[in-house]
Amino acid sequence: MSPVVHMMLFQCINFGKEILQEMDGFWQALGRAVGLIVGGDAELIGIVGLSLRVSLGAVAVACLIGLPLGAAVGAFRFPGRAAASVVLNALMGLPPVVVGLVVYLMLSAAGPFGVLGLLYTPAAMTIAQTILVAPIVAALTRQVVEDLDREYAEQFASLGVGPLRRLTALLWDARYALLTVALAGFGRAVAEVGAVMIVGGNIAHATRTMTTAIALETSKGNLELALALGVVLVAIAVAVTGAAMTLRASAARLAYA
Amino acid sequence: MPETALLSARGLAFEAGGGRPVDGVDIDVRAGASVAVMGANGAGKSLLLRLLHGLIAPAAGEVRWRGGPLDRAARRAQAMVFQRPVMLRRSVGANLRFALAARGIAGAERAARQEEAVERARLRGLAHRPARVLSAGEQQRLAVARALACAPELLLLDEPTASLDPASTQAVEALIREARESGVATVTVTHDAGQARRLADELVFLDAGRVAEAGSTAQVLDAPRSEPARAWLEGRLHVGAAR
Ligand SMILES: Nc1ncnc2c1ncn2[C@@H]1O[C@H](COP(=O)(O)OP(=O)(O)OP(=O)(O)O)[C@@H](O)[C@H]1O
Ligand SMILES: [Mg+2]
Repeated sequence: MSPVVHMMLFQCINFGKEILQEMDGFWQALGRAVGLIVGGDAELIGIVGLSLRVSLGAVAVACLIGLPLGAAVGAFRFPGRAAASVVLNALMGLPPVVVGLVVYLMLSAAGPFGVLGLLYTPAAMTIAQTILVAPIVAALTRQVVEDLDREYAEQFASLGVGPLRRLTALLWDARYALLTVALAGFGRAVAEVGAVMIVGGNIAHATRTMTTAIALETSKGNLELALALGVVLVAIAVAVTGAAMTLRASAARLAYA
Repeated sequence: MPETALLSARGLAFEAGGGRPVDGVDIDVRAGASVAVMGANGAGKSLLLRLLHGLIAPAAGEVRWRGGPLDRAARRAQAMVFQRPVMLRRSVGANLRFALAARGIAGAERAARQEEAVERARLRGLAHRPARVLSAGEQQRLAVARALACAPELLLLDEPTASLDPASTQAVEALIREARESGVATVTVTHDAGQARRLADELVFLDAGRVAEAGSTAQVLDAPRSEPARAWLEGRLHVGAAR
């Protein structure tokens, strides 16, 4: 065996050992992370709870705004309607950090809403996420309602359905699709890190969410908590997807899709 | 315009795609009259019904309702059953309730009319079923019953029994005849000469967006004077003989 080949083999074996050691560390951390989850670690539960409160609150408010707004743009003909659709679609892709920055400026002591003292509170995070999610809800609602309206328009005109009844009927008849829309909004909110980091500040026991905690704990090398939160976050994502698929299936079964 | 005309159209035209799929149509529907509209595929029958119902605006000519304009109030005195019935994503009962509520009927009156419509459509036992899982025939029966529940003075029907089996066809025809007997004027688009005879006293034959021939149903079908009607009827007989 030539010395060169010998050298290469030696390096390979060493490299493999390193990987195995790293993997070992990973599996140990994951094991401890699962321990945290199963043991119901108080800090973990606090963080998950706050995350859910903030994101569910944001989705609720975003739906209150986005559902009627999207439905109105989807169902009514008015000047500037096409532009409104474009704006809604464009706002769907708002970068979270920019939204965080703007909300920060609004809520900071020198900002127009500084007197409210909301910066670095869960309320500020809910506001930021609402701004992120409302356009998603509105834009997707517009699409859903517009498609449904195309199907219903003549029947509604024939019955002489008034504008308010028309709007509520379209929203109600699109209920399964719209629940999926809300789930998509929740998925975006709960996984978002930039906006809540800026306006929440990632303060322990106050504004620390799953995503900001993962970012912090990872950088501190506290992999157990980061991994445990990661597992919970992935589980939530899977649950949201599962719920959306179940909804679609039952909607199809009832011919309500 | 005859004093008794419920609905009358003069010089009705509709423009689309650079052409006029409906062009210069005159039609009168007296109160309680029953009119069949026939003609080949693409002759403009569905467009004519939409024009008469005020769902689309004519490029020329006009539709008068009781001598006045065809406004929302006039449309509310009519009901239309579309070629493909539109069912809301709700139960059979909720579909009926929605139509009645849209027509401003509420409370006990609405409940009673809903009940009556379910009976009429022979959908008792299916009232809580999602309307869109009903069979095509059941949906068509529901669509007719829903239109009748609105107590219209004029019922517009666009091929109400296309793609239905003989039993469902009979059921739908029975509903239409019942409406007719209670004084509702009907305009029925059909490809079935037998149905035209059973459901209508008058017949308007359309060809390429124009009225080729109009008269009593028996006269037009037994002794057609226009070339399009004659050709159409011969084609029909030919198909019938081949079966
Ligand atoms: N919105 C539209 N734009 C352009 N062309 C149209 C439009 N609506 C209908 N047409 C055309 O007008 C003609 C008449 O259509 P219509 O639906 O009234 O036919 P019909 O007599 O009801 O036919 P069928 O027996 O197949 O139902 C067709 O050639 C159709 O392609
Ligand atoms: Mg047609």
